[in-house]
Amino acid sequence: MRDGYGEAMVEMARNNPRVVVLIADLLESLKLAEFKKEFPKRTIEVGIQEQNMMGMAGGLALSGKIPFVNSFACFSPGRNWEQLRISVCLTKNNVKVIGGHAGFGNGADGANQQSFEDIAITRVLPGMTVLVPADYEQVKKAVWRMAELEGPIYMRMTKPAREVMTTRTTPFEIGKAQVFREGRDVTVFACGAMVYEAMMVAKELAGTVEVEVINIHTIKPLDIEAVVRSARKTGKVVTAEEHSIIGGLGSAVAEALGENFPVPMRRVGMRDTFGESGEPEELMKKYGLTKNEIIKEIKKLINKNE
Amino acid sequence: MEVKANEIRVEVIKMLVEAETGHPAGALGSADFWTLLYLGGLIKVYPQDPWNEERDRVVLSAGHYCPVLYAVLAEAGFFPKEELSSLRKIDSRLQGHPVARMLPGVENSSGPLGQGISVAVGMALAARMDNKKYRVICFMGDGEQNEGQVWEAYMSAAKYKLSNLTVVIDRNNIQIDGHTEEVMPLEPLGEKLKSFGFEVMEIDGHNMQEIAETMDKAKVYFEKPSAIILRTIPGKNVDFMENDYAWHGRAPGMGETVQALMEIRKVRTLGGRVAND
Repeated sequence: MRDGYGEAMVEMARNNPRVVVLIADLLESLKLAEFKKEFPKRTIEVGIQEQNMMGMAGGLALSGKIPFVNSFACFSPGRNWEQLRISVCLTKNNVKVIGGHAGFGNGADGANQQSFEDIAITRVLPGMTVLVPADYEQVKKAVWRMAELEGPIYMRMTKPAREVMTTRTTPFEIGKAQVFREGRDVTVFACGAMVYEAMMVAKELAGTVEVEVINIHTIKPLDIEAVVRSARKTGKVVTAEEHSIIGGLGSAVAEALGENFPVPMRRVGMRDTFGESGEPEELMKKYGLTKNEIIKEIKKLINKNE
Repeated sequence: MEVKANEIRVEVIKMLVEAETGHPAGALGSADFWTLLYLGGLIKVYPQDPWNEERDRVVLSAGHYCPVLYAVLAEAGFFPKEELSSLRKIDSRLQGHPVARMLPGVENSSGPLGQGISVAVGMALAARMDNKKYRVICFMGDGEQNEGQVWEAYMSAAKYKLSNLTVVIDRNNIQIDGHTEEVMPLEPLGEKLKSFGFEVMEIDGHNMQEIAETMDKAKVYFEKPSAIILRTIPGKNVDFMENDYAWHGRAPGMGETVQALMEIRKVRTLGGRVAND
């Protein structure tokens, strides 16, 4: 996923001279070494200063640049949220914030380097767009769209995805949910790495339960029409995200359905808890961010209905 | 210009009374600087074309000083003076703390302290990248120097050799909870700034000639950002407000206003020796 980001940034910046990169001592981690090599003057290394980095991005944007602000999600927007609120969002500034290693991306580093709150804290800011691409190709497309779309945008990237679900030609439009698999019994709305888990669920249950899988790569603005349409069709909804079930995709879908078309629903994600050290795969399993957990929730919904 | 500065002080007092809330001490204390900056030709601004690309950028980092910024902007012709009485009221462009571009001449959003200096560094860096000639003036409070972000920004300004950036710090020695050296000691402030890579000048913030000369000098430093520490008296020219931190964030009542305006007028007329108004 991050490789896609680094590659796309170089290609996109060749076409858009206004783009500059700000980085807080994590150039390699965000795969921006190539960018720096090709555009040394457009790479602003601020050292370990997330707050100043966000503020500087505000000033650069007010001067006509398109700054991409890069760090781990736990630090940016984690540590510099107030700068994001005032110097970027209140200012209606054209700043792009990239949160790397979100979710269990920094598995072994433990709870304090992991981020399960970033969607919640960005989603709540007025005017902010929030993206959670599902794979390598989608990250690449998101990079191009972000540069074109005026205004503050947050893009979260999770652990390196082994799985590729989309191709170069799969359409990607900010704010448009994608039906990856049609089904009539239950809808799983997923984002990021959990989209793959949801696809595995659909495959496993095929024949007994027909699962509709929708990739919500844009958490805000949420594609309410697509969410309601699918809920109307299946009558049962599960959300799946590598994020807290409080304030993230699950909340966004619950808000939309609560107001428009309430149906029984369950949320898969971090249940009001911090993570810990471990390999990302082990942690996903321990904290219930898996295909099996989604199946468990689907069964709860189906049994309730019978 | 001293007379003009007192007119600005009168406007500030009127605005705060009308709003019934606000921060008089800093605004009054720095009125001499602000008046000279906008009305004394220290910077390139275009009131009729406020976002002209060539303009110098004035970044108010200490947002609570905004009444004095609004007053000089109106006086310079950025927007009608009648609008000043709408400060802090509903449907006004004069927000209690400034919001970027909501009002002609307001470059940035500020209020949470320490944010403006980073924005200013970003603007100065952008000018460097694009070979633009404009200068960036960042106005800060002294209490604001408590914020860690400020020192992050100073490091960046030095790293990128932003000689097009001048930081102006209102050294009035007060903040909400008391005197700065009691709340969180700053001294030796000038030495600290020097060690962070700034050219530092410390001057009397009420001496117009000294302000003008220093601002001029700040333009010629090579490969270094500059900082001007303005020594000011908070609440300047209103006797009962001067040096009293209680007036940091409290608007005067009616009786106090009459007295405040009388005192400012007394200064304006040099105790009645020159004609009033």
